[in-house]
This record gives sequence, C-alpha cells and structure tokens, in this order.
Amino acid sequence: MNYTNGYRDPGIAGQLADRIRRISRRKVRLMEVCGTHTVSIFRSGIRSLLPDTVTLISGPGCPVCVTDQRDMDAFIALAGFDDVIVATFGDLMRVPGTHSSLLKERAKGSDIRIVYSPLDAITIATENPYKRVVFPGVGFETTAPTIAATLNLARDRGIHNFFVYSAHKLVPPALTALMALPEIHLDGFMLPGHVSVIIGAGAYRPFVARHSIPAVIAGFEPTDILLAIAMLVEQIESGASHLENAYSRVVSEAGNPKALALLADVFEVNHAAWRGLGVIADSGLKLRKSYEAFDAEQAFDLVIPESFDPAGCACGDILTGRKLPSGCPLFGKICTPEHPVGPCMVSTEGTCAAYYRYDNDSGAF
Amino acid sequence: MKPDKILLDHGSGGAMSHQLVIQTLLPAFDNPLLSTLHDGAVIDIGNGSRLAFSTDSFVVDPIFFPGGSIGDLAVNGTVNDLAMCGAEPAYLSVGLILEEGFPFSDFERVISDMKAAALAAGVMIVTGDTKVVPKGAADKIFINTTGLGYIQPGIDVGPSRVVSGDRIILSGTMADHGMTILSRRENLSFSGPVQSDTAALNHLVKKMLQICPDIHMLRDPTRGGVGTTLNEVAGSAAFGIQIDEAHLPVKGAVAGMCELLGLDPLYVANEGKFLAFIPSNETNAVLKILQSDPLGKDAVIIGEVVADHPGQVVMKTRIGGSRMVRMLTGEQLPRIC
Repeated sequence: MNYTNGYRDPGIAGQLADRIRRISRRKVRLMEVCGTHTVSIFRSGIRSLLPDTVTLISGPGCPVCVTDQRDMDAFIALAGFDDVIVATFGDLMRVPGTHSSLLKERAKGSDIRIVYSPLDAITIATENPYKRVVFPGVGFETTAPTIAATLNLARDRGIHNFFVYSAHKLVPPALTALMALPEIHLDGFMLPGHVSVIIGAGAYRPFVARHSIPAVIAGFEPTDILLAIAMLVEQIESGASHLENAYSRVVSEAGNPKALALLADVFEVNHAAWRGLGVIADSGLKLRKSYEAFDAEQAFDLVIPESFDPAGCACGDILTGRKLPSGCPLFGKICTPEHPVGPCMVSTEGTCAAYYRYDNDSGAF
Repeated sequence: MKPDKILLDHGSGGAMSHQLVIQTLLPAFDNPLLSTLHDGAVIDIGNGSRLAFSTDSFVVDPIFFPGGSIGDLAVNGTVNDLAMCGAEPAYLSVGLILEEGFPFSDFERVISDMKAAALAAGVMIVTGDTKVVPKGAADKIFINTTGLGYIQPGIDVGPSRVVSGDRIILSGTMADHGMTILSRRENLSFSGPVQSDTAALNHLVKKMLQICPDIHMLRDPTRGGVGTTLNEVAGSAAFGIQIDEAHLPVKGAVAGMCELLGLDPLYVANEGKFLAFIPSNETNAVLKILQSDPLGKDAVIIGEVVADHPGQVVMKTRIGGSRMVRMLTGEQLPRIC
C-alpha cells in the first residue's frame, strides 16, 4: 500500500463519514484554520460527505491571504529598484497590491524570479554579486524555520547581497485575536498540522484552556481531516472542550526543537499587521539585531505609496469566517482567479479560489 | 476586464488563453471553420474529400529534456493535432526562428530529432523557412510546424458529435511531460525518474478508427492538462462530464512531485496522450486495441458524458465525495507551504 493512498482509503473515509453522520445532532460551525486544509477538503470532496449539521468555515491560515496590503506594496516597491532581484515563492506573484502585482511588474521588466526554496535565493545572490537579492518572507511557523536556516547560511558564507523582508506570522496569537472579534460563532477549531509539527501541541494549550473551545490538530489527507471532524463533533456532543492531537504521527507535544532553536536564533517576536485581523501584538517575526544586515526593511529606503485594500473586497471578513465567499458581491463576477481583486482569490490556498475552483454551490456558476 | 499587457498566463493553455482566443482572435478572424475551435480545421476540398489543417509553435525551455527535445515536440505536436481531427497526417512545413549565437551542434541535434520524429510518424517535411534574430530577441530556437492530413470517408471526429452516454478514455498517464520540463527547468533536486511522453499518436489513432470508425471526438490534453481540455469540451455544451478520481492514471514519481509542489496533475501538460469520446457500446473494443499498443498500454476509462450539470466537469473523488473540476486559471505556481 502506498503511504499516502492509505490515508485516502475510501473504506476508512466512508466509515468516518458515517460516524460523523451518526453522532452529529447539534448544528456546529468548525473552523479549519489552515489553507492547506481548505484545499484538501475541497479537492477530496469532504463537504459532500458531511451532514447538514456540520459547517466548515475557512480561517486565516493562508499565509499569502493574511499578508497585509502594505507588506505586498513593499514587495512590489522592492522589485522597482534597478539593482534588485526579487526571489519569491510562486503564490505571491499574482497577489494584487494597491497599484500592481509582482506578475505585472515582471511583465514591465522587473527581475522577479520564482524559487522553490529560499536556498535558491542564496544561489541567485551568489551568481549575481552586483545585484541585491530580496526574498519576501511570507509564511507561518512552518515556513519561517527554512528562512531562518537560509539566513544562518548567508551569514556563515558572508553573503552581503541577500535580504529578507520578514512578514512572517504566528498562528496561536491570531486564534486569540479571532476569538475577540464580534460576530464570530465557532464551535471548534481544526488546527494546522504543519504549523503544529514545528510549535508542538503544547503551544495551543493556553488558548484552548482560556476559551474552553474544542480543538483538534489535524493532518492533511482526507481521512486525517474526517477523523479530526469526527473528534470535534464527539467533543461538542459530549460537552467536552479540550485539545486533541489527530496527527500524532508527526506532531509531538513540544514540537521540533531544532526548528524552534533556529527561529529563536534568527527572529524575535514582534507585532504584525494581518489582513482582516488588523495589528496583533506578538504575532509576527522580525529579524534580530544580529541579522539586521540582512533585513530588507533596514537596507532599503522604501517609499511605499499609501496602501489601501481594494474597494468592496470582503477578504478580511472571509479570512475571519464572518462571510463566505458567496457573501462577497465581487466573488465570481468581478473577482475571479484570472482577475483577482483580493488575495483570497489568488493563492491556491485562498478560500475564495478554493470555493471558485471546486464548489458548485458557491454561486459562481 | 482587459489587461493592458500580455502576461505569461495568456499562454498557459488555461482560462486566460481561452479568453484570448474567444475575445480577440475569434472575432478578428471569424469564419465557420475556425469557430469549431477544434485542434485543426477540417477543409472540404470537393468530391467528398477532406483535409485537416493545423499549426503549432514550440518555444519550450529547456530544448533538450529526458524523453525528447523541442524537435520531437514540434513534429509530434502538429502530427497529433491532425490525428485529433481523425486525419492521417501527411505533410508538414517547418518555420525556424534561431537566436544569434545558438550552438550549431545543438541546431543539428534538433534537426536530427525532427527527422527521426517525422520518419516515425510517417510524415514528410515538404517546405520551410528559417530566420535568425539578434541575440536576446528569441530564446535559442523557436519552431513552428504546420501540417496537412487526409480524413478518410466515413470518419467524423469533432466536438459536435459528443453525446450523453459517451465514455471518455484517457490513453495513458497524466502530467509526465509537464513535470519533466518543470523539473529540468527549475533543476529540482527532488525530481524522480520522470520523462516526457512526447510521441506521435497518429498510428494509434488510425488503429482505433479502424476498429471504431464512429469515434465521436479526440483531443490531446497538452497545455492546461486533462482538466482544462475536459472543460473546453463541456464548455457551453448541453452535456456535462463526470470523471472518477480513482481511475485517473498518474505515475508514482510524477504524483509525488505534484504533491510536493502543490500542483494538480489534472492541469499539467501531456505531449503523447489523448482523450477519446467513444460510443459506450464500442468502449471495450477500443480499450483493448489501445492497451495492446505500447503508447496506449495504460489507457483507462476515466469517466463519461452525462446529461446532468451541462457545461460542467464534476469529479467523483477517491473517498466517494464529489467536486467540480474547472479550467486551469493561469499557470500553476508552486505554493509556499
């Protein structure tokens, strides 16, 4: 049996779906925090297997989507320097800033390259000694350790033309901020597996205790997700509200010590601006003083035109579960993956893109 | 909304390419032959004789890759477009655009690959043109090929013939070509033993048409992949398409790469595969013929044409759920996490 196919087994999936249908009485709203969950749920057709009582709401777990407009504008401004090569992950290319996008800037002549690993950006820097290579640092605790490792390497090798603009974000503070928002009616959280591999299950315990809300750490294969939904429904039906780990094959209580040590070495916790959630204390990562030579915010005189979110775009409400994509007047009409207005329609992991691509009840058809 | 510049997405073979054709090219050149939007034009030359006429340009980077080269692609691509019209490809033209400084040995290697591919496909390259442009005005070598082929009497392969109940056969595994090119272009260190599937399909199609002259439609899912091609077929039609995820063939190494990069093999390019829309009672015979040929050994029924959800492609997922399969929107880009 192939490793992943085991977690896509129709028999096991069917049993889990049956169990959810059998035990679910109350109407519940469960938030999958992570964009990878959102996509996996859609791609595997999980919604079509769930009873009407269970509603899945997508949360603020697509790193591209929660990137503040001002940070996007900063990436675009960096691409405008004649001596700059922007080396970026692919998902940022189409995200609209206030006036442009990296894709449009590339079409106009800026040197913007898609990389598959931040280490590739180091290679570009080495091959282009007279250019300055900037890597837009977007992502959660999952992505940040590889950026930290890259910065570590850049320092060891004495590379002087590589910079990171850190817009990294932390998941637990965002969950707390989410619970403080008005009009949030959530009965449970499906917590992000990849992030949890790094930070460990223990990182959520204070949050779950403070808010007395059921929470289950979930993997990304269809049966992982169905298992987590079944565990959440069981907790809710029995009146329990605690943290469970349905992804224990890779998520430990304490997380990955090596990755956490790397993060602590390179970054310090800082406030960060999130699309849809605003500025959240201690929810971001900025480069420590010992790495300031690599900090794009320090190294460049960035002039960023006034940033504002696109008119009528409901990405903020969608990221926080207050609206479904179909509740946005632009969705599927003015805002499509070909002509995205907001980031949730751009990223593969964006909620609007997922509804648009996979859902036939979203009103887009 | 009209963009102010041509973007790479306009050439992705997905929704934006489709819009470019529908909104700009079709109105400009409007005529009944073009508006069928088939892989080639079918021209009636009198006395009941018909010719298929098709063209394609090749700009792939890298020009040499595991399983083939731009030379193989340039011949096979047009041969396949003609075969998808139900034609027997016969003659090709070749237009070469060469960049100043392109190594002559590479040029000879491409030409030698074209010669071998033409021989294998049984077509003659009968006319051509060569241009050289200054360094930087083109990338190494661009090739255009145009082809002519004969359509035998009684063969009528085209979108208008697809009806509810037709079975959809995919002639082999998905995404081999696209993932090979991606792994070479980006020097992906984790790529497995993948290789392009570039091949001329005309002989296989001929065998299939001999068994089942009533094949309703053929399409090669090149750029945009199987997902986009199925959407083009369903398009504004009065029928829907239903496919089954569990039956979609993808090689293990290709599936693994797609998983790692967050790409969906349904939208990755193929260069040696076709989708055949077959009357249901002929399916087994066609499948048997395909599976007996090396190029069709992995052929499977992936779905059928249905009366429900007209214009839409719906997939039964591996775990028994269902979801939409839409047209590719823009090039698939590797994700952050």
